[in-house]
Amino acid sequence: MNINKVLSKFSARATFRGVIAIVIFVAIWEFGARSLDLIGWRVPFIGLIPPPSSVLTSWSNLIVEPSYWQSWYMSFLRVFTGFIVAMIVGIPLGLYMAINRTFYGIAFPSFEILRPIPPLAWVPASIIFWPTQEMSIAFVTFLGAFYTIVINVLGGARSINRQYLQAAQSMGASQWDIFRRIVLPATLPSIVVGSAVGMGITWEVVVAAEMISGGGSGGGASGGLGFFIWSSYVGGSYEQIIVGMISIGIAGYISSELLRKLGGRFTPWLKTR
Amino acid sequence: MSTTKKSNEIIATNVSKTFGAGPYAKEVIKDCSFTIESGKLTVMIGPSGCGKSSLIQLIAGFDQPTSGSITIGGRPIDGPGKDRLVLFQESALFPWMTTWDNVMYGPRARGEDADASATQAEFLLKKVGLEAFRDKYPAQLSGGMQRRAELARAMINKPEVMILDEPFRGLDHMSKELMWEYYAALYEEDRNTNFFVTTDIDEAIFLADRLLIMTNLPTSTRSVIEIDIPRPRNIEDMADNERANDIKTEVMTLLHEEAMKSFSGGSKAAADFLDAYSKRAG
Repeated sequence: MNINKVLSKFSARATFRGVIAIVIFVAIWEFGARSLDLIGWRVPFIGLIPPPSSVLTSWSNLIVEPSYWQSWYMSFLRVFTGFIVAMIVGIPLGLYMAINRTFYGIAFPSFEILRPIPPLAWVPASIIFWPTQEMSIAFVTFLGAFYTIVINVLGGARSINRQYLQAAQSMGASQWDIFRRIVLPATLPSIVVGSAVGMGITWEVVVAAEMISGGGSGGGASGGLGFFIWSSYVGGSYEQIIVGMISIGIAGYISSELLRKLGGRFTPWLKTR
Repeated sequence: MSTTKKSNEIIATNVSKTFGAGPYAKEVIKDCSFTIESGKLTVMIGPSGCGKSSLIQLIAGFDQPTSGSITIGGRPIDGPGKDRLVLFQESALFPWMTTWDNVMYGPRARGEDADASATQAEFLLKKVGLEAFRDKYPAQLSGGMQRRAELARAMINKPEVMILDEPFRGLDHMSKELMWEYYAALYEEDRNTNFFVTTDIDEAIFLADRLLIMTNLPTSTRSVIEIDIPRPRNIEDMADNERANDIKTEVMTLLHEEAMKSFSGGSKAAADFLDAYSKRAG
């Protein structure tokens, strides 16, 4: 009880500090952006960007525009499609490489050669071999999460304490039971970590892919947040660029928070430490 | 629990185990023979790092001897089996399962009757004083509680032979003594064949029916002592028991000799090296 009180006080203080930091940051930004009017000379870097107040104005105008939310929707759709496919393919692949030596020998070298190729290097190739623009973006997004998930699952499953396996074995567990009730849960924390890292990369990749590919076949509203930033830049609306950037920050935060909650539900024993 | 027990005597005959090959070969067990009698608690004691854990790997069937044979009830051991259950040095409780699920793991894995196993699990958890902790994860238990949970998890499988590899190592002295009493009571409950490895002399004498004293590396059997102190034993009485003290002195003398050999053994290797070196130089 006592310790909880201390902790909650501590976290209240931490939240307070966080809020103060953001307020100071925004204040400096506002001042810097208006420095030419206020003090007669431009503060380097910040002096060139629009002030938060005009970003906010621009944002409040955008909030009522369906096309802005369509960009959110498109990016989320791409991220989650790529991410979920990466989990569906990556987790079994990582697990199978971990438990089957022959398959590991066959698959791991190719995997390790493909892994260092940045997902964005795949953009031209995937535009060529996928029939639609949408599919090529989804594919590149998938690659962003895929390698991280596989490597984490493989590492997690290979580093299981040998004694867990021996204990299960000597209690008469079948291979399937050992896989289902020992290998799988023992690997879950690595799956969660791999997914969280993979999710971050997915957002990086989707934005860049949208910029490069011109935002899907429909263009405009179906472009996603990456294309939103790019078209704002081309259209010369600097406020909107920043709105787009902050939107991606928020979207990424929502995704990883969702993932953390979900991961915590799958690994209840880790919360007890 | 006094069903007619078939013999599950474990006999090791001239067992040797070498790790590695060629110039890097290291002989850990050499020409080692001993018997783990059926329905008795046999304790093996030896200097630390003398290859006892390697012997356990062989008896459990996780590894094969380089030469010699190990049989259980007359059959050669050719792999792990549910007739032999190992309790390891470090906790091997599954961190993702509650105490209850850990204890129930064996019966569930073998698809045994759920109600009967649950009754047995409740009985065992009460026996080791953990009935209030059945829904806790291992990380929420103290070191001693984890060992007790692990004892319960092993006992529920009614293994013909239970193998314990320094199970109470690293516990403080008070918890250790408590563990001896819990464990001895569980053993006296059904008197199955138990094989207990330790480096603690007090632990060995308190628990053992038979005591195997091992030599230093490469390990083999140095001598066997029958500990004829009646059960149930009690920690305070053991301190004043003359027979116990005599045995303790005897064991300490033997172990001291072995420990000394390990020191001189070290310098012998150095001497050999210097010898070889001087020959090559000359």
